This record gives sequence, structure tokens and C-alpha cells, in this order.
Amino acid sequence: MSDAAIDEICLVALAEAFRGDGELLCHPMGPFPVAAGRLARASFEPDLMLTDTIAHAVVGTLPLGATVGRPGAADEGIVVEGYLPFRTVFDQAWSGHRHVVMGASQIDRHGNQNFAAIGDYRKPKAQLLGLRGAPGNVINHTTSYWIPNQARAFVESVDVVSGPGYDRVAALPEASGRFHEIRRVVTELAAYDFETPDRTMRLRSVHPGASLDDVLAATPFELTVPDDVPASRIPTAEELHLIREVIDPKGIRKHEFR
Amino acid sequence: MTEDEVVAELSSGMTIGIGGWGSRRKPMSLVRAMLRSDLTDLHVVSYGGPDIGLLCAAGRVRRITYGFVSLDSILLEPHFRIARQAGSVEAREFDEGAFYLGLLAAVHRVPFYPTRAGLGSDMLTYNPDLRTVTSPYGDGTELVAVPAFDIDVSLVHMNRADAAGNGQFLGPDLYFDDLFAMAAERTFMSCERLVATEDLLKEGPVHTLKIPRLHTDGVVEAPGGAHFTECPPDYGRDEAFQREYATTARDPDAWAKFRADWLDLPSHDAYRARLADRAQSAGAEQ
Repeated sequence: MSDAAIDEICLVALAEAFRGDGELLCHPMGPFPVAAGRLARASFEPDLMLTDTIAHAVVGTLPLGATVGRPGAADEGIVVEGYLPFRTVFDQAWSGHRHVVMGASQIDRHGNQNFAAIGDYRKPKAQLLGLRGAPGNVINHTTSYWIPNQARAFVESVDVVSGPGYDRVAALPEASGRFHEIRRVVTELAAYDFETPDRTMRLRSVHPGASLDDVLAATPFELTVPDDVPASRIPTAEELHLIREVIDPKGIRKHEFR
Repeated sequence: MTEDEVVAELSSGMTIGIGGWGSRRKPMSLVRAMLRSDLTDLHVVSYGGPDIGLLCAAGRVRRITYGFVSLDSILLEPHFRIARQAGSVEAREFDEGAFYLGLLAAVHRVPFYPTRAGLGSDMLTYNPDLRTVTSPYGDGTELVAVPAFDIDVSLVHMNRADAAGNGQFLGPDLYFDDLFAMAAERTFMSCERLVATEDLLKEGPVHTLKIPRLHTDGVVEAPGGAHFTECPPDYGRDEAFQREYATTARDPDAWAKFRADWLDLPSHDAYRARLADRAQSAGAEQ
């Protein structure tokens, strides 16, 4: 029996979102998704391009927090393979050679994501991050979501749509929405996709330690549950080594589970 | 020029573009000079950070056009949060990439640039003046028409500049400062250090000379001018100072004290002198 902790199981489930991506810009937002991207490249998707979270594409497997060229930041031994300032990142996004992982304060069964505001957008009860790059990312290339608090974030309908879901995109002319793909949603309980005829959310795998009842109790909307739902896979010994010793020796990933 | 001479060129009601990105290489000495003027009713266009936060907190802003407003290490600008939740500013929010196209359209003097960014999202819902266009080439693609951002004056901060107004960035990212400079009717540039033109290439390759004097109308030498935002390689972000600034959003007394200590100062030199005192007393405590 593996001694993998829940954060490590989630990290591998999120890394799995990048399987098959090949040579594209893997651009996760936030420390946990960044760790998942680095794990994917270090194990089963070696051709992914990854950044130092600033403007440099880097080779090798960086620990969380390492960046190139900032006063006070440790950057010894980091090998740079490319330059990706924000302007280039937008060009990359619109070219489609990119897969992002974002967070979501709310998400519905169609994949509509909100991290902009709670309440009425015009005078919000709570201003959140804003639309940020979500509208442009989601309509232009593959997107996945990391949501470590499912019961709070899964909602019947979102207050503001930052990243559009499948129903919103279906209402657009086909040529406008052709590059939209929400690949995966990973929470602290399970992994989800939209591989259903009406492109609504489907349970893909349940993390070891959680039950189907836990999943359903944290899901206020109608969820497609296949007859035979597998368990999310356990990290391999090599993956555990990469997570614990190389990518995140400081345990930053665990902050998401407080 | 001095910061106050730049601000004397601005007037209430103007649309002001501010370069940088979040809490990175913001022309803060110019923003502070705006705060000690009587400018009001401004429309600020920015990838926002403490520039928007401070101007909102001081009640100088009517409208903001933004891609986000963040302090980076503090994800949401706290004074911006308060202004939004109070409904005290008109918010014109764009997808980060769509914002780039609004600048680019202004630079190229076209009324809009088309993009998919925003389709299906509430960017369109809450910007009711935004329009879509359909491709004229028969493919049926509907696109958002991001309107050109009309900017009266842009303010940017560079690592180096010469007296003629050629600007140089030495950090990891220019952000969109060249577009801010070209999009505006007039642009004023502050810099960490004013150097002779023949010295510009001593610190960086020719690719770092991204703002030609064609697009600048005045230069201010402002060492530490981006403080407390970062300005690599000259200095990183002053995270301790930024944390202190952020707490002022929760407490009117703290905000009043912050204003007295750091904003109600006669000049950037006075600000720098106070920073030096602060560093000294922090050193003495250790």
C-alpha cells in the first residue's frame, strides 16, 4: 500500500490532465497546478514547455518558488530555453498551443467558471480576482480547473461567468467556439470531465480516501455518474520522489488543504 | 522634468494610461505626485496594481479600464476591492489579452481589433457598450470588437532613459509600456537613471531599447521611482512595505497614517529620505 497523501493523489490526478498534450505550453496558475505541470513533464509528458512562472521557458524540473533573474531569487543552474513575456503568452494562447489550469470560486455543471465576483457584478458582495485571462484562455485553447474546496465551489449557477462553459459556447456560431475544450476538473475528492453527449460534467474517478457519497454530498447539481467509476490512480514511487524531493520539498502544495 | 511638472500637464477628467503590470515597474513617483495634486474625476487605463488602488482610495478616479488589479504577491488589490464593493468607481473590465488589443488598436489608429477573447463570458454582459463583429470572409466567425483605448496621457517607468526620451527596460518583461506610450496623445516617462545616449547599450542589448523618443514628451529621473513595486534588475518588490500598504485598506486610521507618512510629502526626494530612515530604523531593531 502506498503512503501517498491526499495532496499527492490530487497532484497526480491534475498532472494526468496534461497526458497526451505533447509539445505545447503547459501554463498552470498557482503553486499547486504548477507543481502538477512540472510532475507531468518530469514523468510522462517530456515535451511540454514550462515557465519559471515569470517570462522564461525553462528546462529541467524546478522546485516551486525558483525563478530566473529576480533580485534575491535563487536561479543557479536553471537552464532557459525560451522567452515568454506576457505579450508572447497572449499570442501563444490565441494560437492554441497552450493548456492552462486555473482555479474557480464557483463552477457549474456546464463548466462555467467564476473567479470574478460574488453577488451582483456591478456592486459585488465580494470582489474576487476579476475576469483576469479566463475569457480569452477558455475560448481559445484547452483549460482545466483545480478546485480544492468542491462543496463550496460546485454550484447550480455561477454569479459571474469568467471562463465560459459548454452551454455558453454552444450558443455561439460554431466557428467562434471551435477551440473551446474544458479537459478536466480536479477537486480534493475526485476528477471530472465533460465527456457526455450534452457536454455536462461527468465523474471520471474518485480519489482513494473519498467515497461516491462524499462526492455526491459535495455536488448540488445533476452529475453524470458512470456505472463503474474507477479510483484515481495512486502515485508511483518515482512520482512521490519527484513531488517530495524535487518539485516541492518545502511542502507548499499542502497549503491548499488547510 | 520633475514629477510635479509632469502632473502640471494633466487635468481633471483626463484618461490616463499607466504602464507596468500589477505590482511590477509602476511609475509610482508619478502616481504619488498625482495624489498631491488636485486632479480628480480621472479615467485610468492600466494593468492595475497599487496605481489604481491608491488613486481609488484617494477618490481621484471616476472610471477604470483594466485587465486586472493585483499586487501579485497579494492577489487582489485591497483598495480596489473596497472601491468595487462600494460601487464607487465605474468598472470597465477586459480580459487581459483583450486589453492588449485595445491598446494595439489605439496604436494602429483602427477603431477595434477582433478576438475570440470574451465570447461566451460576462465580459460582454457587463460592458454593454462592447460590440461583436462577424467575419466578412464567409466563415461565420463572430468575434468581440475590442475598441481602441483613447488615452490622453500615458505614464511609464523604465530602468534607463536618455534625455531625449529613449527608454530602456532591463528586466524580464517590457509588459505593454511601448503600446501605452504609442497609444496616448502624450507620454511622460520616469526612469531609474538618466544616462547619456552613448551609454544606453552598456547595460543591455539593443533589444531593450523599446521606447523610442518619438513617443515620449518628457523624462523624469526617479531613482527608486517604482517603489514599492518591483523594478528588476535594479530592485525587487518591497514586500514588507506592500503588506503594510495592504493593511491600510481595512482600517481608516491606518490609511490616514499611511497618507501622512508616505503620500503627503512634497517630493520624491522626501519620500526617498523617509524610506532611508525606515531602512535605518529597521536595521537598528535587528
